[in-house]
Amino acid sequence: MITSIFRRPATASIVSLAMIVAFYVFFGGVDLGRMAGAASWLNFAANLGIVAVPVGFLMIAGEIDISFGAMIPAGSMATAIISGHYGLPIGYAMIAVLAMGLLMGLINGILTIRTTVPSLIVSLGTLVAMQGVILASSKVLTGKASVALTAPDWAKFAFGQLIGNGHQVIIIWWLVATFVFWFVLHMSPWGNWIFAMGGDKQSARNAGIPVNRLTIILFMLSATSAAFVGMCQAILFNSAQVSGGINIIFNVIVSVAVGGTLLTGGFGSVAGIFFGTITFAIVNQGIYFTQIDRNWSSLIIGIMLLLAVGMNESFRSLAFSAGGRKKKTKPS
Amino acid sequence: MSNQTPVIELRNVDKSFGPIDVLHEISLKVNAGEVLCLLGDNGAGKSTLIKTLAGVHSPTRGQILLDGKPMRFSRPKDAQEKGIATVHQFGGTFPLMTIGRSFFAGVEPTKGIWPFKVFDRSKANQIAVKAVQDFGITRIDDGDRLVGGLSGGERQSLAIARAVHFGARVLILDEPTAALGVKQAAHVLRIVNEAKRRGLAVIFITHQVMHAMAVGDHFAVLIRGAIAADFRKGEKSREEITDLMAGGETMSDLEAQIEGYMETHDGHPPQVASQSDA
Ligand SMILES: Nc1ncnc2c1ncn2[C@@H]1O[C@H](COP(=O)(O)OP(=O)(O)OP(=O)(O)O)[C@@H](O)[C@H]1O
Ligand SMILES: [Mg+2]
Repeated sequence: MITSIFRRPATASIVSLAMIVAFYVFFGGVDLGRMAGAASWLNFAANLGIVAVPVGFLMIAGEIDISFGAMIPAGSMATAIISGHYGLPIGYAMIAVLAMGLLMGLINGILTIRTTVPSLIVSLGTLVAMQGVILASSKVLTGKASVALTAPDWAKFAFGQLIGNGHQVIIIWWLVATFVFWFVLHMSPWGNWIFAMGGDKQSARNAGIPVNRLTIILFMLSATSAAFVGMCQAILFNSAQVSGGINIIFNVIVSVAVGGTLLTGGFGSVAGIFFGTITFAIVNQGIYFTQIDRNWSSLIIGIMLLLAVGMNESFRSLAFSAGGRKKKTKPS
Repeated sequence: MSNQTPVIELRNVDKSFGPIDVLHEISLKVNAGEVLCLLGDNGAGKSTLIKTLAGVHSPTRGQILLDGKPMRFSRPKDAQEKGIATVHQFGGTFPLMTIGRSFFAGVEPTKGIWPFKVFDRSKANQIAVKAVQDFGITRIDDGDRLVGGLSGGERQSLAIARAVHFGARVLILDEPTAALGVKQAAHVLRIVNEAKRRGLAVIFITHQVMHAMAVGDHFAVLIRGAIAADFRKGEKSREEITDLMAGGETMSDLEAQIEGYMETHDGHPPQVASQSDA
């Protein structure tokens, strides 16, 4: 029983979540009920989480993608420029956003499998290049750094409405996507391929797993998810700004790491990343519910990251020995 | 015996990587229920040869025949589907995956209907555990254990059990006994004999003459990518095989050199002596 809990990559992130909430309650005087009902951290988590899981998939598969940092503003600028500045139907904007995500993923994927350049560097290159494209194209096409749009009601309803107490509809997309991602990684044979790729690429290839094709698909998934988040933001806020997207890179990577994903590949879980994202969102947004000065939040995030990753390491080594110990206690 | 169609046959196979020629004119046959031992020094091209058979590389020239029919494998999966299973040197298992998942990597059993086909974990675990236990590793009884928690020998046995499970016709083992203890190595040799008894064609690579002699029916020595000797069991003595494996240099010459060295160096053996001793 206990051994199977340690084997789960999500355990450490749930423990971190509990620790952070306890810390805020005891030292920050947080009113739990008020925080649970608040939209801020959930909105934050949803925008992060839709990108974090595909990025986590790549990490499990032994690759890293940071170009999503530019894909989020790219998705939102493309939506605003096409449907706001040019006044074209929003459907065109959506197709363009989707195509941009797929293309970016294709470029990242092909560069990664065709060259020996590590995917961190590949995606760093495409990140910076994409930032340039956003800046230049918004300047050339619109002459502004901020573009307004008015989305039709159906688009607003599906991607940019507020429900209840200021909750963004993207929360629902996040939950649905998380479920689908969970199914793919943990239930379908594809998930097994992703783990195998990250565990030992050569052996995975020898076992007949289409490693190259899967690498491209995973890059496409992460870039497209990021572009989708950007599109939702543009529709929600009725505008898009040129932004660097550097913070989001940091936020996503921390969530994925706190979620128990092994940065070198081969290990991780959707549940872990899900709770890692929530933990990060609560640290980041929950600080406003405390009497703690919000400037301390980075310190808390740093400590939390180290603690969570440390916990992940020790749980993983427990998982290795887990089976053996279980054997001894079961003499049948 | 000789009129039997070999399960797998290579005819004049060449393999080069760009300008580097690794294999020259390799012709070999393996019959059902027979073990071919592939011997040769480091870098002789043994792994390259079996990767060509396993569909990892395709031959630059020449033919691979399965049951007398020419085959072309463009992917490892093609070879697997024809019943050729390979345990590659330094590989085959995934340390951070469970035994069941690692065993079925690439060929996952599923249940349910598309698009809700799910990985059948209990079936995978059950088959994997049974396959490993059938080879005498009874300590493994939980398919949810992580592979990384097993000993080196247990991992190797898992990889071999996997190959035997999927290798309907041909089983290829690249140095399966390297890095194994005496007992575990003996175990692997028993597995090879068991596979042979079941009528598989086995290709077995090793650097250890004792291991080769224990299971081999047929021996081929590779020197710099070409077949330097091809003989059957009993045709050559242990010393002759050892000499061939050392790349043609006779071991007795080497021993004489070492003794000469010791005489002139106050009885200290040269550094290589401790390595070539085993
Ligand atoms: N992909 C490749 N590209 C270029 N050269 C290669 C490639 N693979 C193998 N070689 C070369 O082919 C030669 C044979 O290598 P191989 O791995 O087949 O040797 P081996 O007989 O298995 O040796 P060992 O006993 O050390 O495992 C080596 O010189 C190696 O450098
Ligand atoms: Mg080799």
